[in-house]
Amino acid sequence: MASPSARGQRRTAALLLTPFFGLFAAVTLAPLLYAAWLSLFTTRTSGLGFGGTENVFTGLGNYARALSDEAFRDGFLVIAAYCAIYIPVMIGGSLVLALLLDSGLAKARSFFQLALFLPHAVPGLIAALIWVYLYTPGLSPVIDLLESGGIGINFLSVDNAVFSAANIAVWEWTGYNMVIFYAALQAVPRETLDAAKVDGAGAVRTALSIKVPMIGPAIALAVLFTVIGSIQLFTEPKVIYNASSAIGSSWTPNMYVQTAAFQNNDFGLAAAASLLIALFAAVLSFAVTRISRRGSKS
Amino acid sequence: MLLSKAGVTAMLGLATLYTLLPLTWLLLSSTKSREDLFGTNGFALGGETHLAANLSHLFAADGGVYVRWLINTVLYAGVGALLASVFGVAAGYAFDKLTFPGKERLFSLVLLGVMVPGTAMAIPLYLLAAKAGLVNTFWGVFIPGLVFPFGVYLARVFSASYVPDEVLEAARMDGASEFRTFCRIAFPMIAPGFVTIFLFQFTQIWNSFFLPLVMLSDQDLYPVNLGLYVWYSSALTQGHPEDYLLAVVGSLVAVAPLIAVFLMLQRFWKSGMTAGAVK
Repeated sequence: MASPSARGQRRTAALLLTPFFGLFAAVTLAPLLYAAWLSLFTTRTSGLGFGGTENVFTGLGNYARALSDEAFRDGFLVIAAYCAIYIPVMIGGSLVLALLLDSGLAKARSFFQLALFLPHAVPGLIAALIWVYLYTPGLSPVIDLLESGGIGINFLSVDNAVFSAANIAVWEWTGYNMVIFYAALQAVPRETLDAAKVDGAGAVRTALSIKVPMIGPAIALAVLFTVIGSIQLFTEPKVIYNASSAIGSSWTPNMYVQTAAFQNNDFGLAAAASLLIALFAAVLSFAVTRISRRGSKS
Repeated sequence: MLLSKAGVTAMLGLATLYTLLPLTWLLLSSTKSREDLFGTNGFALGGETHLAANLSHLFAADGGVYVRWLINTVLYAGVGALLASVFGVAAGYAFDKLTFPGKERLFSLVLLGVMVPGTAMAIPLYLLAAKAGLVNTFWGVFIPGLVFPFGVYLARVFSASYVPDEVLEAARMDGASEFRTFCRIAFPMIAPGFVTIFLFQFTQIWNSFFLPLVMLSDQDLYPVNLGLYVWYSSALTQGHPEDYLLAVVGSLVAVAPLIAVFLMLQRFWKSGMTAGAVK
């Protein structure tokens, strides 16, 4: 027999959890299941195309089609290239900035924190718009500046598309991660740092061999969130794509999904590709969590 | 040499130039006429200040649709995030303080929700909304914003650190019902965390672009994001160069209040970011 207080707790828990889980079921679980169901079917035009269309069960056919489609796989290669530039620059940059702030040598620390964080207050689409203007010849003072220095760069060309997209993300996220790293650095016990100083370790040495390892978990988590974010790359290339048709409409996996759904009306394929992206992100985050946990234990 | 006071400050200053110059460009460009936007240096002032004219043009364009977009955005992001935070704090508190069967299994469902990338949900949501007749309606964008799994996670952390168990014990001894205890005692104690969760979800909805892009075709339902994108696209593809300026001024008007809110609520931001990083 449950005591009245235990029963009260259970009833209240049900009351407090129902709104969240009800909506969670409606906007997360149900769409995933429905998409999984739809991904098993494909539309086939019957006869000569006069008889309309019919839905045919294909099993995992849409998944096979997505995975064997070069355009879809290339999307992941683009993401890999993007991560190869974006993650080292952004995470490295925010780490260096946080260490500089933490070095005790910086003046006007709260001003710098704020100024570096500010881009994060700008919605992604507006950030992409601002930068695409700065990439557009004839509008951009940056291009004028570079040209007066004898450097001609076409930011909107296909070769530079990865760089141009990554730069927008670096601009948006460096300050954000810097604030996280700086807060973690502030929590490093001062005695540890004093001990290093007594041992004669210089500022750089202390930073690299004591401070950075001690905030390792925060860095691993930042990398994880950054990778999950990168897989979803959509807004920036969508805006750049508008200004330059060079990169094509299936440049990233999410763009591939959008094209499949709304240009080709191939909803089975779009659903399958969406689920593959979600699965890929989930597996990746699981792996990163495992690795970083093992790393922090040893 | 680099590690002198001047060296460190100079390096930070350089990084600040990178973060602030694009915003400066936005501010300066919004004050220019169309000729000056193309004709003068982006980091310099234009020939004459055109800000007032640009603003009245912005609010009058396409029958004043920009104001509609602003209102829509406030509804999607403001009201949506407010409700999402209430539901999130309620659930997070239940996970932290109450005993009930299947707790950790339910919580791993929440964590699953944290891991599923938001944009991968856009097409599944669209397909389900099509079935339910919610495509191209207000609800198609509003309802998905009401769910914020990361907020539940944060609320559990906040509840554990802000609400001491002794306080609940005392309330239980006094015979207060569990629900009353949550509303009257625990909720006010979690209030700073509530603001943090609200801010996170508010930015998330404000930032979402893929979902409204696939869900909405009626201009009157657009959030600012999507509207600006459409203006920019039409400037580019349909030869409406005046829309270039509209997208610039519209961006400034949309960003200015966001930056103000960020500056005012800085400390709530930080507490959420670091609470997420500690665990």
